[in-house]
Amino acid sequence: MLTYISIIVTAIFVNNIVFSQFLGICPFIGVSKRLESAVGMGAAVMFVMALATSVTWILQTAVLEPLGLQFIQTIAFILVIASLVQMLEIVLKKVAQSLYQALGVFLPLITTNCAVLGVAILVTQRGFGFMESLVYSVSTAIGFTLALVIFAGIREQLQLVDVPCSMRGVPIALICAGLLAMAFMGFSGIKIG
Amino acid sequence: MAMNNKLRIIYDGLIANNPTFVLLLGMCPTLGTTGSAITGMSMGLATMGVLVCSNMAISAIKGFVPSKVRIPAYIIVIATFVTVLQMLMQAYLPSLNALLGIFIPLIVVNCILLGRAEAFASKHSVVDSMCDGIGTGLGFTLALTMLGAVREFLGTGRVFGLDVYPERFGSLVFVLAPGAFIVLGLMIALFNRINRR
Repeated sequence: MLTYISIIVTAIFVNNIVFSQFLGICPFIGVSKRLESAVGMGAAVMFVMALATSVTWILQTAVLEPLGLQFIQTIAFILVIASLVQMLEIVLKKVAQSLYQALGVFLPLITTNCAVLGVAILVTQRGFGFMESLVYSVSTAIGFTLALVIFAGIREQLQLVDVPCSMRGVPIALICAGLLAMAFMGFSGIKIG
Repeated sequence: MAMNNKLRIIYDGLIANNPTFVLLLGMCPTLGTTGSAITGMSMGLATMGVLVCSNMAISAIKGFVPSKVRIPAYIIVIATFVTVLQMLMQAYLPSLNALLGIFIPLIVVNCILLGRAEAFASKHSVVDSMCDGIGTGLGFTLALTMLGAVREFLGTGRVFGLDVYPERFGSLVFVLAPGAFIVLGLMIALFNRINRR
């Protein structure tokens, strides 16, 4: 139990995927202009990340490792993730219209979200078991959503501020992200278990 | 004239459409691997190698690939070259490979590669695509090296490992995560200002 709590706290706060591992920066900058879209993106990432990590974990332990094919991991994982996202989009469209309307726009963007592939690879590198992988992927996605929501709140305020011409848009947003990352550094060193 | 045209393509990728400072693509490795000038440059060169190869291959196969399945086909081409690079680095540069870690397999999802495949290589000749790969790759390498050098300089007082001023005057935060965001933000602002003139 303690290992799970440790994984959760570490993934959300200490090694936050955006602020300390630099994964998923593109959606972090791109989809954080409004609070609602940030929440939607976070939910979509959580859904896909949990699903993709479970499927790639099974693929890795049941197919690639017994056959000695670890070297095609990158190709296999990206194909699985891309087709998974496509499939998810089709299924959601048919089965859950309201969910599709909420998450649909974000799904195609997720294929090129390096956080999803990154987590799938990290999990195999660290040798996590299935449950640990699942917990890790969900809490990483929670960390991503947390970062995205905080940042979207800041950027909504930022639109009202008079910023020097060359700093408008992405530059000032990146500097704010830097300050946020500094705040998240305060969590480093926390250890549980 | 023909030569001029090729140089023009390279210049476009390097300065006018610099992937990092102007198009804002490939942010994750830009932030994640620029703790020092050397790691930034290595990452840039690794990406450039894959980009040149994938651009040429995609330009060569553009006639046979049905347009409906072109994106998955491009992804497979890119992933193949990334795997080749990964194996080469594991064999010949294991320490660098360990340093760049997860960012080497993640070249697959670098939007620069798919972006150039879709926007350039699928419409131009093999040689032009190679030039585009070189230009864009160099632009990316330049950006990562500059960012790495500035962070290394401010953080530890060194550039490319050479001492410039004593380390105790450096501010470590620039080597750590927050410095990556702040320095990149300031450099994009600087690029905006120069381009507007």
